[in-house]
Amino acid sequence: MSTPIDSIRNFSIVAHIDHGKSTLADRLIQQTGTLAEREMVEQVLDSMDIERERGITIKAQTVRLEYRASDGKLYVLNLMDTPGHVDFAYEVSRSLAACEGSLLVVDASQGVEAQTLANVYHALDAGHEIVPVLNKIDLPAAEPDRIKQQIEDVIGLDASNAVLISAKTGLGIEEVLEAIVTRLPPPKGDREAPLKALLVDSWYDAYLGVVVLVRIIDGTLKKHQKIQMLGAGAHYEVDRIGVFRPKMQDVAELGPGEVGFITAQIKQVADTRVGDTITDEKRPCTEALPGFKPAQPVVFCGLFPVDAADFDDLRAAMGKLRLNDASFSYEMESSAALGFGFRCGFLGLLHLEIIQERLEREFNLDLIATAPSVVYRIVLRSGETIELHNPADMPDPTLIEAIEEPWIRATILTPDDYLGAVLKLCQERRGLQVDLSYVGKRAMATYDLPLNEVVFDFYDRLKSISKGYASFDYNITDYRAGDLVKMQILVNAEPVDALSMLVHRDRADMRGRAMVEKLKELIPPHMFQIPIQAAIGGKIIARETVRALRKDVTAKCYGGDATRKRKLLEKQKAGKKKMRQFGKVEIPQEAFIAALKMDS
Amino acid sequence: MAAFPETAFSTFSSARGDLPQTGEPRTAGFGIYLHWPFCLSKCPYCDFNSHVRSQPVEEERFLAAFRKELAHRAALTPGRTVSSVFFGGGTPSLMRAQTVAALIETIARYWPLAADVEITLEANPTSVEAERFKDYRAAGVNRVSLGVQALNDEALRALGRQHSAQEALRAVGLAAETFDRYSFDLIYGRPGQTLAEWRGELEEALRHVRDHLSLYQLTIEPDTPFAKLASSGQFSLPEADFGRALWDLTQDIMGVAGLPAYEVSNHARPGGESRHNLVYWRYGEYAGVGPGAHGRLLTPEGRMAQAAIRQPDLWLAAVEARGEGLTENVVLTREEQGDEFLLMGLRLAEGVAPEHFRAIAGRDLSQKRIDALLGDGMLECTPEGRIRVSAEGFPVLDAVIADLAA
Repeated sequence: MSTPIDSIRNFSIVAHIDHGKSTLADRLIQQTGTLAEREMVEQVLDSMDIERERGITIKAQTVRLEYRASDGKLYVLNLMDTPGHVDFAYEVSRSLAACEGSLLVVDASQGVEAQTLANVYHALDAGHEIVPVLNKIDLPAAEPDRIKQQIEDVIGLDASNAVLISAKTGLGIEEVLEAIVTRLPPPKGDREAPLKALLVDSWYDAYLGVVVLVRIIDGTLKKHQKIQMLGAGAHYEVDRIGVFRPKMQDVAELGPGEVGFITAQIKQVADTRVGDTITDEKRPCTEALPGFKPAQPVVFCGLFPVDAADFDDLRAAMGKLRLNDASFSYEMESSAALGFGFRCGFLGLLHLEIIQERLEREFNLDLIATAPSVVYRIVLRSGETIELHNPADMPDPTLIEAIEEPWIRATILTPDDYLGAVLKLCQERRGLQVDLSYVGKRAMATYDLPLNEVVFDFYDRLKSISKGYASFDYNITDYRAGDLVKMQILVNAEPVDALSMLVHRDRADMRGRAMVEKLKELIPPHMFQIPIQAAIGGKIIARETVRALRKDVTAKCYGGDATRKRKLLEKQKAGKKKMRQFGKVEIPQEAFIAALKMDS
Repeated sequence: MAAFPETAFSTFSSARGDLPQTGEPRTAGFGIYLHWPFCLSKCPYCDFNSHVRSQPVEEERFLAAFRKELAHRAALTPGRTVSSVFFGGGTPSLMRAQTVAALIETIARYWPLAADVEITLEANPTSVEAERFKDYRAAGVNRVSLGVQALNDEALRALGRQHSAQEALRAVGLAAETFDRYSFDLIYGRPGQTLAEWRGELEEALRHVRDHLSLYQLTIEPDTPFAKLASSGQFSLPEADFGRALWDLTQDIMGVAGLPAYEVSNHARPGGESRHNLVYWRYGEYAGVGPGAHGRLLTPEGRMAQAAIRQPDLWLAAVEARGEGLTENVVLTREEQGDEFLLMGLRLAEGVAPEHFRAIAGRDLSQKRIDALLGDGMLECTPEGRIRVSAEGFPVLDAVIADLAA
């Protein structure tokens, strides 16, 4: 028998990174006795190493808590943990759609941050009831009254009855649980209606195959039930049904308002559509749920194996990652500079970084990533519009009518002291100011910016000029025509495809100069001098020269000992194998890696 | 062993002054190198296997051990004729002449000596050692190589040498009186040395040269006192541009003097080349005997790389226990042989024959790389089809070799 609907509360936690979301989740799990003390690890819901290390949540997780409230009744609380970062906004919105309420967790000394804003608006859009929670009130710097005021000013939420907690010490956790029960609404649903369930998420498990996370809206879902996916049109029989506590635990059925998982002999994640409606095969519901927009990759880059022999391993690794992350896309690409690799699409820069790191770490691959680029729309004179994922594929300029690039609306919160530097950065990056206001002592700047300028080390620069205090969030708004040109890098007069990029004409000089200066340091001297140039069309905009080797000869070769010299030569030969040949110039892999690094 | 005809003899039996033609390894000569690992003091630039003893060296015991090792190498090289012997070190001129005589006799007992066998002994140009030159000649030595290093007393002190410039020139004079053939070494590119100073020193040296002179540009070898000074910034070598200018000046002066470089750092009048060193550079066969000595021998299994234990007492103990002191004795792969062939052969002005490389390495040199290096003027082709490094290429030889070998 499933849980009575009045005893269910489905909620998520909205917070900025570092404000204590995962620690609060840990405390809730502990306090309700869901896991025994000995089973607890920190950030229980962040199962990937990379999530724990970076203190971020990438993949939404869910856990069912049972809580006996002060009214004496036993409640089932489903926590849907969500990622905080903008790159994973699509994960956030699907989790929010499966809940009725949210805890808004704000650090009681730091206050509202840009990501908090973005996510709380998502929660409000989803019709959530929101309980503000001020965390870290045990710290000396905590100013709960000021932060309450800030929440009211900036978000427009009543924060007068915010719950004051310290997730670290466990202070106020009971109050949070009570607030969930008393202040968040129970779900609505009809047990007798035909089955209607939301496919919240799905992933591939090495032992179980595809696991589907569902939220029941109406009706019930049982083992062996024959179901159909309305959108995908596929039919399955439920193998296993259960809930996460946070380990998998089988149950007999799931009723309205409940959250749980099923497995059903589904072969691959791609066979499931997040947001799809699951219903009974024989007695289907009449109306499908609205579903979600599929996540669109917005940042692209090439990933190449450092050792060409690893190409097949890279292909296999990408296939495996894609099983669990349908938002990551790839297609084969070949580069004169870097050999065979893949052009990959990501939801944002963090997503890119994480995929790259997982490939390197979990699959033991050494990778070179080319400079990230955005998706340009090229309007051809023929009237046709094409999407450009790779600057190397740019059509002949004479065929191009216009180039459009994606723009974002960015929200930046920064302490007043750094505002000048932040505004200057935004201006430099072709930003257009939309709004500038104050939130207590902090300034909130809203800018429209070309995404192209943001993928090029914007976030690192922002962090560095604000000593880490500024926070940043964005969403893609539209495409706008821009005076964009393809900048090529020529080494000894040979274009190096992996280094070409689309830049705004006004920014080309600066970017070109930075690139050739860097390459000058990275390309070892040869027996001849090597000009390094940045060019737009036929016009050279920056030039440096790597001087020729003047002297490189072993004076004394101690007669008989050829071994030592040979070992050196073998090293040099091995090094050369890892170099890429451009005309007569050999460029070490490290030079590409360093030249393409974003934090230039 | 029929596979190794006595061509080594015939190669070197041509009239003195004729530079023999390079051929297969076994026709490039067969040399014996003996390493005497002791010095009175250690020079701060030197990374050779040399040891300073506070107690007198047990010369008799070492002699016995050298003889055992010679017997061991002789068993591996039946049928060879010795074209050269080289006593190196360390400071072999610290050996008593009778020890040198005994070693030469031992060699002659195991192998036939070529009629014009070259027997070189390295010596320090101190007056004490110079007094022994006659005895060394009587022992069978017919060539000395003197570590003069500089003709400037301040520089000699900085280099840690035990002799003065005047003393060194007297030793050179004595060598000239005693031996038909002699050579000496100079080190240039010393800190603070100007082009004019080097020109003066080199011109002074040339007044004392007969047919051979070695000119080494100073390098800092790891784990030497100079390396320590360099890492603490108390000492630095000339910048590449100045090093190049010194190099160019050296080539000019020596060319005009009629002693062009036949190897990177070795200059000779035609016919005056060190035959022993040519064995190395032409990738011939050589047996290395003594602590830390290296050898390359053709055996039925292939070309062996041999290296002996470096520490003299450990080497001695090993030889006394088992008859040889080798710590490395491996068959080289063909690619390794090809690498060594290029490393050695391209140091010579005569260059290498591509078909010789193919015979050794079992593959051809990359024509693409040859063409690129020819195009850049780093390599030249001789009318006989040999490849050699150009005058422009020599100062960057290491880069040329790395390119060609890849």
